[in-house]
Amino acid sequence: MRLNGRFGRFGGVYVPEILVPALEQLEAAFLDAQGDESFRAELDGLLSTYAGRPTPLTRCRNLGGRARIYLKREDLLHGGAHKTNQVLAQALLAKRMGKTRLIAETGAGQHGVATAMAGALFGFETRIYMGADDIERQQLNVFRMELMGAEVVPVTAGSRTLKDAVNEALRDWTASYADTHYLLGTVAGPHPFPLMVREYQRVIGKEAREQILEVEGRLPDAVIACVGGGSNAIGIFSDFIGDDDVELIGVEAAGKGIDGNEHGATLQRGRPGILHGAETLLLQDEDGQVDDTWSISAGLDYPAVGPEHAHLQNIGRASYVGVEDQAALDAFVALARSEGVIAAFESSHAVAHALRLAEERGDNPILLVSLSGRGDKDMASAQRLLAR
Amino acid sequence: MTRYAAMFDRCARRGEGAFGAFLMLGDPDASTSATYLDALVAGGADMVELGIPFSDPVADGPVVQAAAVRALKAGVRTADCLAMIADFRARHPEIPVGILTYANIVAARGVEAFTQQLAEAGADSLLIADVPTIEAGPYAEAARAAGIDLVMIAAPNTPEPALRRIAELSSGYTYCVARDGVTGADRAPTLRHAPLFDALARLGAPPPVLGFGIGTAAHVRDTLEAGAAGVVCGSALVRLVEAGASPQAVSSFVSELKAATRGTTQNLAFAAEKR
Repeated sequence: MRLNGRFGRFGGVYVPEILVPALEQLEAAFLDAQGDESFRAELDGLLSTYAGRPTPLTRCRNLGGRARIYLKREDLLHGGAHKTNQVLAQALLAKRMGKTRLIAETGAGQHGVATAMAGALFGFETRIYMGADDIERQQLNVFRMELMGAEVVPVTAGSRTLKDAVNEALRDWTASYADTHYLLGTVAGPHPFPLMVREYQRVIGKEAREQILEVEGRLPDAVIACVGGGSNAIGIFSDFIGDDDVELIGVEAAGKGIDGNEHGATLQRGRPGILHGAETLLLQDEDGQVDDTWSISAGLDYPAVGPEHAHLQNIGRASYVGVEDQAALDAFVALARSEGVIAAFESSHAVAHALRLAEERGDNPILLVSLSGRGDKDMASAQRLLAR
Repeated sequence: MTRYAAMFDRCARRGEGAFGAFLMLGDPDASTSATYLDALVAGGADMVELGIPFSDPVADGPVVQAAAVRALKAGVRTADCLAMIADFRARHPEIPVGILTYANIVAARGVEAFTQQLAEAGADSLLIADVPTIEAGPYAEAARAAGIDLVMIAAPNTPEPALRRIAELSSGYTYCVARDGVTGADRAPTLRHAPLFDALARLGAPPPVLGFGIGTAAHVRDTLEAGAAGVVCGSALVRLVEAGASPQAVSSFVSELKAATRGTTQNLAFAAEKR
């Protein structure tokens, strides 16, 4: 490896030896592409003409009282979530490396959908691993992936959610790395994924920073994003990290309550450990067995977190809070009713915290919220939950 | 002389390859597991490899994963595994005992404490499936301080600089993976290991023992003929436990595979000495 792959004490390359050459190849391809203008030009072209960048910044007209809440509209990106940004980039890298097959894990299905899109666009054979429970709650996305030609493989091991889908994708890769790229969907996993995915998601914050300066003439008081693995949060945080006056707030799934066992609040309740290739914070028992997690949103239902978030928390540059299922659902409804925007359950956690801050803070803050995805995939669950 | 060195010597003098047998500690529960471990020795295993179960074993195929699930469901914890190792050691003072687990199990106790506890329980080596050579430094240091061997994995695709690290950091034996992918007996080993074995010998790495996909006497024979100092059979044995086979059946399966190590032309150069 050319870089050390650490964020403070977190990160690293904790994978079976057999995968190390594949990660070294990926790191080399990534660094090489970073310095290659033709790669950047091809990616920028795809982001604008295929994916629909730049995405708008929408000011909430009715929510937030005297606070000004701005939504960075990644929900309007092709595919319906921010995932497309980095999937297109990694797919181009896979082509560069001469790979013919893509594998990916998915939780809510948004990353799987984005990977299926790239598979169709570039002619990769594509296989998506998805927890059997997530397949149940995200049927629409399963159909979308299949419609675009991807094979969706249900994972019935363990907790049958995102964590187990990652395990299965890693297992596939140990046998297939020669012709297959593992298109990991977030800023977790072994180096170079956390760094590489951050660089490919950085565009969210880069655009948002310019847009808010344009309309407000100043930086926001806080940037708020949901955190599962943490890719949309890192994406929108990165260009604000040097702006010391801008508060960076990650919102985790507090599920049915952070003091119980049914949540995904890794940064608030986790301890350091090693999972899926990286040293990071983990929800685990005393022996290091990884806990089952819970969230209303499949994309936040994950017991680890990207190592850079663990580091940002450690050094005090970002803070992480929890939003419970019910509060996220309330925000989901509020945004639909008041603004005519149907957000994903994941993004609704960020919206919920922004509404909470808007109420609590007396200083009429400017709040920038990453609306990381749209809620179409959650319609069946929402119907069921709201009928109660 | 360490138990591994003595065992490889013994095998070499008899003109045999070493036969390593893997089972998951606590599968299907602590007491049944102990009788299966004894059956491995009774069947003639030269070394045993014992897994400490982890909830997310990414280097393992379905058979070993299921074994970990059974053990964890039975309430087996790391402390129980350490106790089982100590009990096994008390019953079998000579046989080398290798521990296979994952980084988070080690991290939960801290690498120094964990290696110390393994040494106290009487284990000879530790292999951590998700700690490759680039992360192995602190683990090797802790293992050395505790007086146990850190065993590392080499694959046919492992480049020379990593093999050199293996030679520097590891001892006991080198776990060579027989093919791509995860553990499991459903896919046979692919034997293109001669260059790997040659490189390991040249760099002074510990003796190569081949695992992943070893399930028949023919696999054992072919592997040793290809130049390995030994083999490890895992999933095929775990499958017997899964099926509820008798300890006698496990013993005779071990005997059958052990018999295939006799009269092979395994790599005696390795057996000579490394530590």
